[in-house]
Amino acid sequence: MKDKHDRQKMPEQKPSERIKNFKEVPFGYTEELALNEASRCLECKKPMCVKGCPVNVPIPDFIKLVKQGKFAEAARKIKEANSLPAICGRVCPQEDQCEKLCVIGKMSKPVAIGALERFVSDYEREKRNVAIPKVSEKTGKKVAVVGSGPAGLTVAGELAKKGHEVTIFEALHKPGGVLVYGIPEFRLPKKIVESEIDYVKQLGVKIVTNAVIGKSATVAELLEGEFNAVFIGSGAGAPKFMNIPGENCVGVFSANEYLTRSNLMKAYMFPEYDTPIPRGGIVAVVGGGNVAMDSARTALRLGAEKVIVLYRRSREEMPARIDEIHHAEEEGIEFHFLVNPIKFICDEHGKVKEIECIKMKLGEPDDSGRKRPVKIDNSEFSVKIDTVVIAIGNDPNPLIQKTTPGLEVNKWGNIISGKESGKTSIEGVYAGGDIVTGSATVIEAMGAGKIAAGAIHKFLMGEK
Amino acid sequence: MHRIISKKKIAEDIFKIVLEAPVVAAKRKAGQFVVLRPEETSERIPLTIFDSDAGKGTITIIVQVVGKTTRKIASLGEGENLLDVAGPLGNPTHVERKGNIAVVGGGVGTAVAYPVAKAFKEEGNNVMGIIGARTKDLIILEDEMSAITSELFITTDDGSYGRKGFVTDALKDIIEKNPVAEVLAVGPVPMMKAVCDLTKQYNVKTMVSLNPIMVDGTGMCGACRVTVAGKTRFTCVDGPEFNGHEVDFDELSKRLKGYSDMEKHYIGHKGCNLENKV
Repeated sequence: MKDKHDRQKMPEQKPSERIKNFKEVPFGYTEELALNEASRCLECKKPMCVKGCPVNVPIPDFIKLVKQGKFAEAARKIKEANSLPAICGRVCPQEDQCEKLCVIGKMSKPVAIGALERFVSDYEREKRNVAIPKVSEKTGKKVAVVGSGPAGLTVAGELAKKGHEVTIFEALHKPGGVLVYGIPEFRLPKKIVESEIDYVKQLGVKIVTNAVIGKSATVAELLEGEFNAVFIGSGAGAPKFMNIPGENCVGVFSANEYLTRSNLMKAYMFPEYDTPIPRGGIVAVVGGGNVAMDSARTALRLGAEKVIVLYRRSREEMPARIDEIHHAEEEGIEFHFLVNPIKFICDEHGKVKEIECIKMKLGEPDDSGRKRPVKIDNSEFSVKIDTVVIAIGNDPNPLIQKTTPGLEVNKWGNIISGKESGKTSIEGVYAGGDIVTGSATVIEAMGAGKIAAGAIHKFLMGEK
Repeated sequence: MHRIISKKKIAEDIFKIVLEAPVVAAKRKAGQFVVLRPEETSERIPLTIFDSDAGKGTITIIVQVVGKTTRKIASLGEGENLLDVAGPLGNPTHVERKGNIAVVGGGVGTAVAYPVAKAFKEEGNNVMGIIGARTKDLIILEDEMSAITSELFITTDDGSYGRKGFVTDALKDIIEKNPVAEVLAVGPVPMMKAVCDLTKQYNVKTMVSLNPIMVDGTGMCGACRVTVAGKTRFTCVDGPEFNGHEVDFDELSKRLKGYSDMEKHYIGHKGCNLENKV
């Protein structure tokens, strides 16, 4: 079958405008665009797209409702599988998941599943038409969830629907985890995160902020106390550094710090908000993932004269979403591929002023299957900069592992848990998301949360 | 919300505040700190827990006004609330019976030295104390320190109170007279560095409690990194106490000043010096 028209593009802010503000870049579909796009879906009998989704959203079913103009119903259809559609519609790497397997994609561009997901969930919210599903009868069982990021929110929502009493413990002062401290406003508006969290609260979930599990209470204390089970979804907490000279110069940031200052602490609104962040100058971002793109585009919006991304592999290996790379390029961010910093040079006040880099070439594939970057001898060069953001990933935060005897971890410090259950080495303790897998995506963490919720429910109800 | 039970000015720009924080009060040990925010627009700042009362569910903090957020805290009155208090954070002091311990507090750093000194005293050690400041008006917690130390020496740079000179002068005398098993020093970076330079000569183990710029306080952001024995450590999860002979104080001092220009520009506050934050 030949599709009637091309994939509908989402209207968005012009690059020249958007680099001056923190407002969301794409405006989202209009009803007309959504109807046009939905009409491209073939409603396959054996939908491949669903297989590509870590939480198995019933994609053809919700798109069918869009075709009928039943937008709020479409949103509710998604929510049967995914409690955070407005977030997933914005930050999922659809090109590697559902859309990658779309049949239409073999002939032309795949159906814009992400854009449609975003449209219907925004529609439902904006029309104040959010339906709260019926919660099962109370079971009398209590579950503690550590961390309020995508994994924790998913577990909590799923278990609450099944009638369990759930309390989320969040170390920071605002719930949402990476959704609030990591992903910038221009990619994921915080009011949307708030409303999705509100939805989870309306399912009966209690959220306690400023509660650092491992310090204010240990996992064992939670289990000995009122809770029948614990889910650990504490995320990939500790920033990785490169261990090269000058890394502790003033003006060298981890992406976690840089983004936390800007997103969670609203440093972009300094001095109205008290948290400062450097503005202007030349900013170098080291890394090639979504976090690197978020940092680079944040720097631009904070008034950088120039932002350069230094990535040690080539463009093909960049792990960031295509949309984010594309948006960054449109905004004028410079990409320098096959280079790696080897030294940061400071001035007499300890402030970074220059990066010494070395050129790289690609060698044999490494464990990740990507070609290994190899140094080219005698190819050193230096770049003058004012600020550096290191966005090369995270190690697991050790707080919980250190304070939970008997909890098995792997050699990197990630908690070991069963893929099909989220079960850890301690009975009644489950884990999922980045603390188990290392840095991954929002939807993968949600997938793990969903699996763990199923297993926790069985455990609580005494099912085998 | 965390209600302020009492607030007392104990020196120029320095306040002792008792506030409700039952979860922290129940778990807290000497050497630990909290990260707090007085209101929505504030920074997250780390402050040592000076004392706690698990029964009443309260903690005591000592706040010196150095920036906008500390000024906000100091402006709150009894019965008013701080928005967030997270903790207890950081590792508790490793306390064991060692014999003679010398505890040195510089300026508002005395507020950090006190709970540690008290813990050492309770463990059966003989604690000798030194508190120093630029001038008499900045000497704090003299009575409290006096109550838990076998001897308390006071020094001021200008000689307005106690002995004229630096804490290191008094410490040198103690070390030369007594076999000191361990020194704990808390204060401005130059003071801790001077103490460590001195004790190194006598080969006396010296612990320092660091207070670098911090954001989340749970190991997530890496703002509080400090070089110890040539390795990068995070003060919030690896510290706050480190072997002072291994700390790169020059780097710490530069990192503490990282935002002073930006803050001065907006605060317009006389003598706003982040280094005094320690």
